[in-house]
Amino acid sequence: MTQPPTAPASMHSNADLLHTRLPNGLDALIKPSHTAPVASFWVFYRVGSRNEQPGLTGLSHWVEHMLFKGTPRFPRGEFDRAMARAGGVTNGMTSQDWTTYFETLPAERIALAWEFEADRMHNTLFDADEVEAERTVILSEREGSENSVFYLLSEEVQAAAFQAHPYHHPIIGWKNDLHTITRDDLYTHYRTYYAPQNAVIVVAGAVDPDATLAQLENLFGSLPAGPAAPAVRVREPEQLAERRILLRGADQTAYALYAFRGVAADHPDFFALTVLDAVLGGAKGMGLFGGGGNNRSNRLYRALVDSELAVGVGSGFRPSLDPDLFSLYVTLAPNIPHQQVEDVVWGELHKLQRDGITQAELEKAIKQTKAQFAYSSESVTNQAYWLGFSAVTTDLTWLDQWQTRLTAVTLDDVQRVAHTYFSPSRQTVGWYMPD
Amino acid sequence: MPQTSLALPGPHNVTRAVLDNGLIVLVRENHAAPVTVVNGYLPVGSVHDPADKAGLASFVASMLTRGSAAYDFATFNELIEGVGASLGASADDHVTSFGLNCLSEDFPALLRVLADTLRHPTFPAAHVQRVRSQRIVRIQEREDDTQEVAGMRFYETIYPDHPYGRSTTGYIPTINAIQREDLAAFHQQHYTPQGAILVIVGDVDTATALDLAQQSLGDWRGPQPTTQIPPVPTLAEIRQRVYPMPGKFQSDIFIGVPAVPRHHPDYFPIRIANTLLGRFGMMGRLGDRVREEQGLAYYVYSSQEAAPHAGLWYAAAGVNPANVNQAVDAIRAEFARLADEPVSAEELADTQAYLTGIVPLQLETNDGVASTLLTMEWLQLGLDFLARYNDLTYAVTAADVQRVAQTYLRDDAYVQVVAGPPADEAAWDEGINAEMDSGMAPGMTPEHDTAHDQAQGSARHAD
Repeated sequence: MTQPPTAPASMHSNADLLHTRLPNGLDALIKPSHTAPVASFWVFYRVGSRNEQPGLTGLSHWVEHMLFKGTPRFPRGEFDRAMARAGGVTNGMTSQDWTTYFETLPAERIALAWEFEADRMHNTLFDADEVEAERTVILSEREGSENSVFYLLSEEVQAAAFQAHPYHHPIIGWKNDLHTITRDDLYTHYRTYYAPQNAVIVVAGAVDPDATLAQLENLFGSLPAGPAAPAVRVREPEQLAERRILLRGADQTAYALYAFRGVAADHPDFFALTVLDAVLGGAKGMGLFGGGGNNRSNRLYRALVDSELAVGVGSGFRPSLDPDLFSLYVTLAPNIPHQQVEDVVWGELHKLQRDGITQAELEKAIKQTKAQFAYSSESVTNQAYWLGFSAVTTDLTWLDQWQTRLTAVTLDDVQRVAHTYFSPSRQTVGWYMPD
Repeated sequence: MPQTSLALPGPHNVTRAVLDNGLIVLVRENHAAPVTVVNGYLPVGSVHDPADKAGLASFVASMLTRGSAAYDFATFNELIEGVGASLGASADDHVTSFGLNCLSEDFPALLRVLADTLRHPTFPAAHVQRVRSQRIVRIQEREDDTQEVAGMRFYETIYPDHPYGRSTTGYIPTINAIQREDLAAFHQQHYTPQGAILVIVGDVDTATALDLAQQSLGDWRGPQPTTQIPPVPTLAEIRQRVYPMPGKFQSDIFIGVPAVPRHHPDYFPIRIANTLLGRFGMMGRLGDRVREEQGLAYYVYSSQEAAPHAGLWYAAAGVNPANVNQAVDAIRAEFARLADEPVSAEELADTQAYLTGIVPLQLETNDGVASTLLTMEWLQLGLDFLARYNDLTYAVTAADVQRVAQTYLRDDAYVQVVAGPPADEAAWDEGINAEMDSGMAPGMTPEHDTAHDQAQGSARHAD
């Protein structure tokens, strides 16, 4: 126990990763892994709510839903049934930066996913009746989220923290836009962003890489490269004033949220902020599914939960294309004033700025983060997700160097970023107070 | 070594041993990565809670990692978190489950920590208060969540005055009634190696793992477990409940019926029928009709639950308050169609192919293997269960599916619960008795140590 753990070998090594760019611009990544008779296929498109304009928010997410509504070759429901029959699982997800679709199934049937994804990249129907049926489904999805005051608070804080950049609006879109978006709006968005040169495909699992590549070239190689997708040019101006949200409601539990503008994944300070995130709120599972270990020795937990001012704390900082938020969350204990919690939060931030962290804390944060990464890499679904995610968020070098750069973070780096990114004028504060 | 994980777990590659004290140990080696997973059950759960101290078993489980004879809270946290491991326990109706996830080199030391937490928790008074406060806030959050309220009240209504109807995590008054002595006494009385199960999967040597289990748990002595479940209430009429929740935007619906316990001959026919009704593909027939065709709901699904002594079969959906009646009608129409028309050979075959085809995915990770082995042992399905599973699934006929739908999905005896905004009077059935009380629950999430994680993507299907 006194020995530092040897983290498992990086799940990503160039030795057996096959990376090819097809003539039409499509990036194909193939990662053989024979520990289980399973394979996973992911398609990432470089489009998300980041690529949306005011009045048309929520387009990317809605387009994602429409890709399950059928093509001439695979009418609605047909692929879902075929996948289920094959013993597979499938889903789609939309983030601020990307939209992705995946299938995981017994390896010998993975070609079913390739055929379907190649088809719907280009041939999705966007039938007008289906668009209308999906409008109410998405409104229902949004209303389900609105039932949570914590969701509403997060949405308000995000919108306040970004005034110019599209990270301002929620991924699902503003409700008014969801009422007025048309079939043509959706189809135009699809045609603009869904093309080989704007996508990355990833296979991980029990496959033969050469045979796989041949089949992928055959299925995806003939798709026409579209015009280049429009770049997102807007940069968020520097925040000069503290911003505050006060949300009130009928729910009985009080929350507080502290958000600071962070950095993009490719920024040199990204890894020092990752360490700071682990020290403040606990190391993250980094994977998409599951992950996360015990988290009761981080600084916020000790300052707020051990002192019984809060019943839960957390922090969040994720790799993103443009600078997004570094957030701290608190679920307040009953009858504790928000200001008292805020004083403690800022006391911890000032302490970090004044004294930095200890060598032991640094080592622990790095060990935990690596271990969480190792656990979440156990499944081929997660392995493929990480490869595709890295390729569209930064590049594969970033993933290659992830462990090295994390390990290279110094005490000085951590103290410096604590100064740079935590200041009252850079914060957006959200308080939820029960009526 | 990859080949070891290619074969289904079964008698040829899983070692099963029973220690002198009754503890059952299962070990499955998988050397693909230097990690090890432990999953286990103790035969104690919320069915052992006194009604006026509902939530006791769950409270005890959450205290295990708050201090034990050899590790106080701070020491425990440093030991576990310093090596990036996780270790925890939580209570369900019939069992208290525990788990450990760690790098294999830490396994011997952390198994000792796990054993100490199970055997010698100290219930420090300061932590009793802290955990009480956390649990009360969690209950408060539950009472403000339409989906959780609808689910809780559904169990309460279908199992009135029965342990199965009570919340696993309790209610504010019952949590406040629990004293430190109650926790210690409950542990003393119910925590026992007899009938307990320990499953170890991962990069371990079987003989070594068995030795380590013997060293840390072999001299534990405890009583024969006792479980006396009162007769499960029957349902002879329609019970509809509406819970208005001001300030909400969406209504959540649960509609369901009593079904069968796990060992009942109708278990597999209902499993097939339920998969076809509300799980297959994008949530089965309910997904096709309620979501895809009528656009009424973001989520709609059905579920079968089979405990040792009783079972349930229900559908759930989240809809706009104005669409509650239409959604209920659409769900009930699918119940009726399953009873009125035999399913096609193709639909049946698809469902059977799905239930058998998905098994390799469920067994991909150590955690998946460990939880499967644990369930098999707990339900006494036999180590050869996975080898028999295909036959059990394919033995179900279209006539079986129709028969169980007719038998259980009755239109004259069911429970329907709706929780959501009270806004539109027209959205609510007239003559329904609305009640507001401090509800009941299925197994709710027991730990509340970390706050909300901001959603990264917006997944198409809520899980």
